[in-house]
Amino acid sequence: MEPAIDADPIVIVGSGLAGYTLARELRKLDARVQLTILSRDEGSFYSKPMLSNALASAKTAAQIASASAEQMATQLNARIVTAAEVEAIDTTRRILHTGGKTIRYAKLVLALGADPIALPLEGDAAHEVMQINDLAAYARFREAILGKKTVALLGAGLIGCEFANDLLAAGYGVHLIDPAARPLGRLLPEAAAEQVQRALEAAGVRWHLGTTARAVSRVASELRVDLADGSALAADVVLAAIGLRSRTLLAQRAGLKTNRGIVTDRMLQTSAAHVYALGDCAEVDGQILPYVMPIMQAARALAKTLAGAPTPVVYSAMPVVVKTPAIPVVVCLPPAVSGAWKVRRDACGIEARFEDESGKLMGYALVGAAAERKQALTKLLLPVLA
Amino acid sequence: MKTWQCVVCGFIYDEAKGIPEDGIPAATRWEDIPADWSCPDCGVAKADFEMVETGETVA
Repeated sequence: MEPAIDADPIVIVGSGLAGYTLARELRKLDARVQLTILSRDEGSFYSKPMLSNALASAKTAAQIASASAEQMATQLNARIVTAAEVEAIDTTRRILHTGGKTIRYAKLVLALGADPIALPLEGDAAHEVMQINDLAAYARFREAILGKKTVALLGAGLIGCEFANDLLAAGYGVHLIDPAARPLGRLLPEAAAEQVQRALEAAGVRWHLGTTARAVSRVASELRVDLADGSALAADVVLAAIGLRSRTLLAQRAGLKTNRGIVTDRMLQTSAAHVYALGDCAEVDGQILPYVMPIMQAARALAKTLAGAPTPVVYSAMPVVVKTPAIPVVVCLPPAVSGAWKVRRDACGIEARFEDESGKLMGYALVGAAAERKQALTKLLLPVLA
Repeated sequence: MKTWQCVVCGFIYDEAKGIPEDGIPAATRWEDIPADWSCPDCGVAKADFEMVETGETVA
């Protein structure tokens, strides 16, 4: 086989938000470069953040998918290969192996995403615990809760709280279990987290905080969840939303440098020449930011680089909106600097400002109607990665 | 007045309401929003928004 040449395509592995956003941004800059996108699933484009707030609006998986792989191929003028699992990458010869075939690349972008973290659980129904990390899993969940009444959620972080609110709005009973003392404990200061807890409780959440699920067993038509504190609860379906772990195995096997994610520099370049990483699988300059806004900013920078104008990623201050209609929450996480939260409570809710030792605003959290101050506060923040 | 939805994050732009806190007054039509505007929730470009239904404002 001939070594790869620059006339070979740019190959993107992954058809999630990162992969497709990069393709879209690249096409705005270069209409002609050959582009191949490899997808593990059927390759439809969908809004992932919508998965945790689509129930209340009765959206089916098919309605969330806004374009099929074929439509995306036309729109992006790209070759899209579906059901393609990449088994190995040879970074020296610039080829990758998938399903017994080899594909040559001029540049390779790994947009592999992340896997949901699974809790080690006992019980004969531990394998029935569901997770939603893609459209197909969302479809399975919709089917599982059809005609059912109660869902137990493991994990009261951003995704857990969003699902809880969405399930309540769709008429389900919700148990929410988390080892922390408060929901959104990693994002919010105490007073703000407490307000979220109370608002979701008023909306119907039954809290089980400061404990974890130990076992899930089937008792007739129901599931029994045993908690570490000795209590137990009954639910029809158990959904875990514990967190994400970057997919690094393929990169590791190819000899790329990995840490918690695939290690890249500010150019999104991995330790191998011509290989880049983007999105939830990438640890960019030491940071993994599994949110939409960082992906948009990184995809734009990488598109420029791939189009011939090397551009480092710049992260502006990036507020994260927690989609809990029962209690609006916006948070802009402060970087790891010493400082303190200053919490102000008024009729509009809570405004918490994180200030460093010199009194400079480094991050904020807004709860309730105060969430409207998002734009005003974001303007006062410095970029995360300038 | 129409509503538009961000294809990436689901944010809805309602022409009737505008986004006053982002400097877009109520009753601003979609075509009058600058081309370099981006979704306040996820940063997607104006060109990547899609229209939701063709009906009147939802509110």
